[in-house]
Amino acid sequence: MSGRRTPADGPVALDDTDRALINALQGDFPLSRQPFAEVGVRLGLAEEEVLVRLQRLLDARVLTRFGPMFQIERIGGAFCLAAMSVPDDAFEHVTAQVNAFAEVAHNYRREHALNMWFVLATERPDGIADCARRIEAATGLPVFLFPKEREYFVEMKLEA
Amino acid sequence: MAADDLERRIIVATQGGLPLVSDPWGTVAGELGIPPQELLARIRSMLERGVIRRIGAVPNHYAIGYTANGMSVWDIDDEAIEAVGEWLGALAAVTHCYRRPRRLPDWPYNLFAMVHGRSHDAVREQLEDIAVRLESRFPAACRARDVLFSSAILKKTGLRIRDAG
Repeated sequence: MSGRRTPADGPVALDDTDRALINALQGDFPLSRQPFAEVGVRLGLAEEEVLVRLQRLLDARVLTRFGPMFQIERIGGAFCLAAMSVPDDAFEHVTAQVNAFAEVAHNYRREHALNMWFVLATERPDGIADCARRIEAATGLPVFLFPKEREYFVEMKLEA
Repeated sequence: MAADDLERRIIVATQGGLPLVSDPWGTVAGELGIPPQELLARIRSMLERGVIRRIGAVPNHYAIGYTANGMSVWDIDDEAIEAVGEWLGALAAVTHCYRRPRRLPDWPYNLFAMVHGRSHDAVREQLEDIAVRLESRFPAACRARDVLFSSAILKKTGLRIRDAG
């Protein structure tokens, strides 16, 4: 719903309440009929203020979204990291070609010979290889796939 | 196992985000034409089964001051990779840690660890420190390493599944 907005280019001014709200909303969102009011109680904020601040943080692109994060592998789908080596003079054009695929969930430019790194998300495991082939056909460039073979446990620890 | 129809509809209804209203679950339930308690029970089940990883805010690392997003990559001896991966993932600086296949000859690295910091130098310093500790704890396990910084977010929409089954 917010895919057309561009991400913030740099740090946005946040006050202590914004930071506390972001940290409080990293997980454990209440499964109740007034979840924002419950979050507000934990922080000493009225429900209305939680909602207004959250909307502002989304509008300012401090948050990219708010809601459930799905692990599509658990329902038969797949995620896969992929990378390409894109010539500089074609970078903009290839970015548009790659981003046009709905299966491309994230795409980052990185400083390396492999300079475009994106994540494919498909509803079926065989959709990954199929999508990679279609991206190769569209761009004329090889796509390297880096499927996750093992995920090592990390804790949620990024603090705003 | 394919998503059942209700779970599929729940994903389609919420993958763009929850509505910012007093009763977001009730609102979503209304859109789906099911009682709120049924939606909540199903969401609870999806959390328990790991179909939903978590429910919350996804920060834009750039906007909250973590302007350097470094993907550290390591060529670790296959014999040692499980132990090294567990150790690396547990470090405070690391926010994601995965084993992935090498793509020789282009890509020798089999362990990926994301490190976010407030500058490229800060991330590089952290990685120097990690490399020294890794070598001391797992001698000769690491054959090569590199770090790839992101210079632009080209797209960040997250998962999108299509509406029609």
